[in-house]
Amino acid sequence: MTNKTQRCYILKLVKTEDKQQILTFINGGTDHATPSSAELIEEDPNDPYEERGLIFPSGEINWNCPCLGGMASGPCGTEFKDAFSCFHYSKEEVKGSECLEQFRAMQECMQRYPELYPQEDEKVQEYERSSETKQTSQDSASAETSFLQSL
Amino acid sequence: MLKCRTVWKKLAPLARASSTLCRQNVRRAGLNNGKMPSCVPAGHMSTGPAGGGRENQMYFLLVGVTCVGGGVYAYRTIKGDHQRYQDRIDEISSRPHKQATEEPAIPIQSEPPAVAEPEPQAALSPEEPSPPAPDVEILAPIETTEPPPADEPMVEASAEEAAEPSAAPVVEEEPSPPSEPSPAELTEPPPAPVAESEPTAAAAESLAAEPTEPQPEESAEEPVVEAPPEEAAEPSAAPVVEEEPSPPSESSPAEFTEPPPAPVAESEPTAAAESLAAEPTEPQPEVVAESGDSLPASLQFPSHTPYLLIGGGTASFAAARSIRARDPGAKVLIVTDEPVPPYMRPPLSKELWFSDDPSVTETLRFKQWNGKERSIYFQPPSFYISAEELDGAENGGVAVLTSKTVVHMDVRGNKIKLDDNTEISYDKCLIATGGVPRSLQVIERAGEEVMKRTTLFRKVEDFKSLDKVSRNIKSITIIGGGFLGSELACALGRRSTECDLEVIQMFPEKGNMGKVLPEYLSNWTTEKVKKEGVKVISEALVKSVVCKDEKLEIQLKDGRLVKTDHIVAAVGLEPNVDLAKSAGLEVDSDFGGFRVNAELQARSNIWVAGDAACFYDIRLGRRRVEHHDHAVVSGRLAGENMTGANKPYWHQSMFWSDLGPDVGYEAIGIVDSSLPTVGVFAKATSKDTPKAATEKSGTGIRSESETEDTAVSPVASPTPAPPAVLQKDEYGKGVIFYLRDKVVVGIILWNVFNRMPVARKIIKDGEQHVDLNEVAKLFNIHDD
Repeated sequence: MTNKTQRCYILKLVKTEDKQQILTFINGGTDHATPSSAELIEEDPNDPYEERGLIFPSGEINWNCPCLGGMASGPCGTEFKDAFSCFHYSKEEVKGSECLEQFRAMQECMQRYPELYPQEDEKVQEYERSSETKQTSQDSASAETSFLQSL
Repeated sequence: MLKCRTVWKKLAPLARASSTLCRQNVRRAGLNNGKMPSCVPAGHMSTGPAGGGRENQMYFLLVGVTCVGGGVYAYRTIKGDHQRYQDRIDEISSRPHKQATEEPAIPIQSEPPAVAEPEPQAALSPEEPSPPAPDVEILAPIETTEPPPADEPMVEASAEEAAEPSAAPVVEEEPSPPSEPSPAELTEPPPAPVAESEPTAAAAESLAAEPTEPQPEESAEEPVVEAPPEEAAEPSAAPVVEEEPSPPSESSPAEFTEPPPAPVAESEPTAAAESLAAEPTEPQPEVVAESGDSLPASLQFPSHTPYLLIGGGTASFAAARSIRARDPGAKVLIVTDEPVPPYMRPPLSKELWFSDDPSVTETLRFKQWNGKERSIYFQPPSFYISAEELDGAENGGVAVLTSKTVVHMDVRGNKIKLDDNTEISYDKCLIATGGVPRSLQVIERAGEEVMKRTTLFRKVEDFKSLDKVSRNIKSITIIGGGFLGSELACALGRRSTECDLEVIQMFPEKGNMGKVLPEYLSNWTTEKVKKEGVKVISEALVKSVVCKDEKLEIQLKDGRLVKTDHIVAAVGLEPNVDLAKSAGLEVDSDFGGFRVNAELQARSNIWVAGDAACFYDIRLGRRRVEHHDHAVVSGRLAGENMTGANKPYWHQSMFWSDLGPDVGYEAIGIVDSSLPTVGVFAKATSKDTPKAATEKSGTGIRSESETEDTAVSPVASPTPAPPAVLQKDEYGKGVIFYLRDKVVVGIILWNVFNRMPVARKIIKDGEQHVDLNEVAKLFNIHDD
């Protein structure tokens, strides 16, 4: 019988030739109750080797982010980059309100490739909706992610 | 003359020494013989021959021996010098001899009538003693001793694949003398271009210019117009070649029939030389161009592309995407030998088999665990632009040339040649040729009847044919117990319940995934595979296969006999390094594939990614990885580096495998069962399944959910879940650490999903952890 408050595990040592293969069976919940004492090296936010998310530490857009899918690389990639850059750097009260031209151009391009960019109408609606609501700079990151999700 | 001088220089000290010796001895002898003037003191010298005659003989002997010794030394020196000279000649002639060719060019161009004869050609060359390359030409017609040894290296060189730069120019030497006599038959103007092309024999590609001059004569205007723009794309040959088409066009077209067969015929014996293959092949695009007006425009390929990607698989597509993202308006050309645009491979052995759609082999669409449907193709055809539009596209694009194989790569000239002899030059090139499934020797030896009942599974067409075959037979055997073999076995095993199909899987290991999973897990996995309806034959080595009465009989080494209708061989991948020879790229002897550095670069302007790349992993050492996510990661990295990033391989790729809907694992790093392992397991719940994993992350393909998760913080804590039904499995869920020198180099997450960033971090740190149980805690494999 095992005491739930005490650490309890079955340790099985399996030796195959000269390879040691250790098996540990842990009791759900109790054995891993205490936080880990293993130490991980602190991440360097400016590590040049690391893969980045959508926005680089410098504030620039990472067009190569997997999260963008094929948006920046497809036939409408240039239009998308123009529109999204404008939106990203927009300092207007209603973020991206001065970018209507770019978005229109992007929409036009996307309409020519319905197979690649389905549901453009929804996208445009989403954009219009998001540009109507007031966005603060704090919300800009979330605004961008929601904008991307709507694409 | 030079020879004599160096020889004399060497012998001079010796000569001086021996002459002094001789003189001294003569003096002494003379002294003894009394022939010398008596001004020499009559007193006996300490070295004087007191003994008289016998001493004389001694001295004569000494002198004789010295002279003989000197003579022998002199002989050997001369011989050695000759040999060294010969070696030097060979070595120099193997180097480009532009300088030498320029010099003969000047005398040739100033004396066009004299050039009509091949002899003045050879005679002109002796005027230039210093450039060693014409020396070879002198030696060829004049000295009889030289051509045989010179021919031998040439013949040998042509016997090898002449992609090696040392061989190419040597081989070129041979056809240029023979082609001289043949033009001699013609009137003056045609020999003029042939002779003019002689100086350009330096660069491999400009030899191709030789027949191109006669060829434009075939239809005077069109190809001449086409040849300059085409060759203009080849920078090294451009200035020389452009002069050439003009003289031939002036000459009478009647002669054109002779030069083409002559150079072509001459190049036949050296046809093994790939650079010479350019010779007869160059005419052909001209021929096509001649009747080119009637051919459809699709045969007009771009002659130059800034970014060339060889291979149309996952790595190539990832690179294309990366390049387009980073270089605005980039023009990318993908060349693939398959007839279809880039697609992903994992569903071919997993999801596509579970599809309910009867037309799946046509649509190639599959339903992911989360219900979303998608095609195996990365993008629909409208994503790509056509090859001929690529040049003119304002915003660039990605073009795909299907069903084309790259047969030759000229690194110096920055261009490749396709199997239809088209040449395409590039600025940056990626080699992502992947590999070819390994075959079994026993099957290849078994003959046609066995071979046609065997599938080597890798491509879309293999999936289509296997799907068709599996519906019409009674028994199928999969040879191979790794990822592909086990996945196919499970997929076919599931199908066996619907149709009456016996599925057998055999492999030499003790259990499925024997080379990857620790033994206890491998055994457990084998049981799971058996539950999917597969007859597993472990520790099976195939001895022979024969075809009897339309059935295959597989004889195993331990005596067992297995009768089946069809075989699927899943015994590994042979990386495709066909281009290594012509491109002069290094091939790794340990892992196979092209050897590249940590930035995936093989040589300037050439990168390699995917299955074919043997790269240096800063953390884990040199390796070659054959997984989907690695193809994506390495392809993306190569694309970044092709656009100037200079980043090393750093983001560790992962892989995954599902054995049915209930069991799946994800892994990262070096996962080799020969390493010591530590496993930490807990009971599984129904949430711990691949299906639940993808539903939670909202994505379909596992690798997408892992790689696109980078924006989220690494140590994700799971939301508390409602109590779930406990599974009865002993190895429900857990983490297995693979250790090398006490450092974790690989991790398997067994039915633990969406924790890959933690695993990646642990491997990246490369720390020696004392208690791995503490490390396992980081994965939060429990839900409280």
